[in-house]
Amino acid sequence: MSGQNGALVHIEKVNKTFRRGAEEIHILSQLNLEAPQGEFLALMGPSGSGKTTLLNLIGGLDRPTSGSVRIGDEQIDRMSNRRLAAWRARHIGLVFQFYNLLPVLTAERNVELPLLLTGLSSSQRRRHVEAALSVVGLTHRAKHYPRTLSGGEQQRTGIARAIVTDPTLLLCDEPTGDLDRKSGDEILALLQALNREHGKTIIMVTHDPHASARATRTVYLDKGRLSSEKPE
Amino acid sequence: MRGLGLVVSNLKRRKLRTALTMLCIFVAFVLFGLLCALKEAFTAGVTVAGADRLIVRHKVSLIMLLPVTYGARMEQVPGVSSAVHFTWFNGIYQNEPKNFFATMPVNPEAFLDLYPEYALSDDQKQAWSEKRAGAIVGRTLAERFNWKIGDRIPLMSPIWPHKSGGAWEFEIVGVYDGAKKGTDTSGFFFRYDYFDEGRAQGEGMVGWYGVRVNDPDHADEVARAIDAEFANSPYETKAEPEGAFAQGFVQQIGNVRTMLLAILSAVFFTILLVAGTTMAQAVRERTAEIGVLKAVGFGNGRVLGLVLAESLVMTAAGGLAGLGAAWLFTAQGSPVPAMLPVFYLPTDALIAGVGMVLALGIAAGLLPALSAMRLPVAVALRKHV
Repeated sequence: MSGQNGALVHIEKVNKTFRRGAEEIHILSQLNLEAPQGEFLALMGPSGSGKTTLLNLIGGLDRPTSGSVRIGDEQIDRMSNRRLAAWRARHIGLVFQFYNLLPVLTAERNVELPLLLTGLSSSQRRRHVEAALSVVGLTHRAKHYPRTLSGGEQQRTGIARAIVTDPTLLLCDEPTGDLDRKSGDEILALLQALNREHGKTIIMVTHDPHASARATRTVYLDKGRLSSEKPE
Repeated sequence: MRGLGLVVSNLKRRKLRTALTMLCIFVAFVLFGLLCALKEAFTAGVTVAGADRLIVRHKVSLIMLLPVTYGARMEQVPGVSSAVHFTWFNGIYQNEPKNFFATMPVNPEAFLDLYPEYALSDDQKQAWSEKRAGAIVGRTLAERFNWKIGDRIPLMSPIWPHKSGGAWEFEIVGVYDGAKKGTDTSGFFFRYDYFDEGRAQGEGMVGWYGVRVNDPDHADEVARAIDAEFANSPYETKAEPEGAFAQGFVQQIGNVRTMLLAILSAVFFTILLVAGTTMAQAVRERTAEIGVLKAVGFGNGRVLGLVLAESLVMTAAGGLAGLGAAWLFTAQGSPVPAMLPVFYLPTDALIAGVGMVLALGIAAGLLPALSAMRLPVAVALRKHV
């Protein structure tokens, strides 16, 4: 699904400004970024540098104040809300720091959520869910509610939910930020396997150099600007 | 419906809160059903009133009598098909004032012809015409006192004492049913000739007339013609459509419809606040989850639909159960047949109740659903699940 210049993600001159009362806060300034299909990109930077904001723009969860965000052939910053939601359902898988599972649903029904938006039958959905849970090694915990799962298992469930629709792009916002080292390593290994064995394009926000070491490329965000060099 | 599982799961999240809200809605709709049945009980006469029937009474008051000879003169008035007289007998059974029910002497054939809603079999009609002391009773009354055909029933009347000084003796020759819903089947009718012969005073006088007109569209004109016929006589009349006559009775206890509407409005406003608060709380505590739904691709319309569906399922579960309970209760018959002989939940009230369930569901869920719909996904995700 590569777009211009073969890049899957193509961000050009993006500005993002928030208003807090009379004050205008510039989060991203004239930011450019390209990521080719199949890349595992780590996005690092200090707190408040705009990493999550950038991830939200790439995932169509937010819109830039100016500039363009193109994923594949589609310029998503100009899409209507309705079209953008449908686009997200088709192309984006999201993994959150705090898992964001719905507590009233079992693991398998959490994973099934994005499939409710597809035309798949109940049995087809069940097969997809089983496949996704199998990829993350959680088939045996399918009927469990999030409160009975460990942090690592919850995050695996979150990853299964993110990949169940076979999205174009996997966006992970500090996926190991709430986990101990061992669980974090398991999650990183899983993401690495998804990238290497399943060809998933992954953009991962992280604070952790240990996590970014798993990526194929790392970029740094500081004061609203990107660089390939770690800032001083 | 693909999201129904999610809707039901969300309702089960706070089981006690959902259950209490449903219970409130249940009680409100039980009350709605019972009040509708009560309204029907008060206005049954108006509901079943024939459009082609007039009631003619003394101009001054219903309790003042008219001559029995007026019937023949009324039938001479252009537009009148037939005239049947009634007299309030005020029968009391077993000398017990609480055993009081509507008791009236009538001419059997003319009475049954004018009131086809009183359904009586042919052999019972025949028996009534053959026995001077024969009486027919409504099904509700027969069941109330466990009467059956052939029973001899002594009645006392404080208005019309028997010339012998003793009780009036009747034999039940028929039990009538209502040919249409809402017909009062708690009455006791006996023959006028037997009554006129036995009463101690007032011979030749009757209480009021039921008059059938040829054309219901000209009922008012016929009523004026009847009143004109008896103007300036010792017994001037007041003729009016049967529905207006029954309505006059109902209004003696106030405007029943307005009173019930006021009660129901207060109840439903309160329930709307309860259900609306429940839904608002449910949405507020799920902000991050709504963000997740939107993030995985649920559009604004779908989120709106999910919240509204949740509200509708909650109100439907409580409301329809309440309507069902009210229907079951009223289907057992009147709890006080002596006071409210007609007591049932009409179909149109049930349909209105279902409509109110839906309206309540939408009204309670609309604001929370709109707020969920408008929630920006990035903002919602900042809250932890």
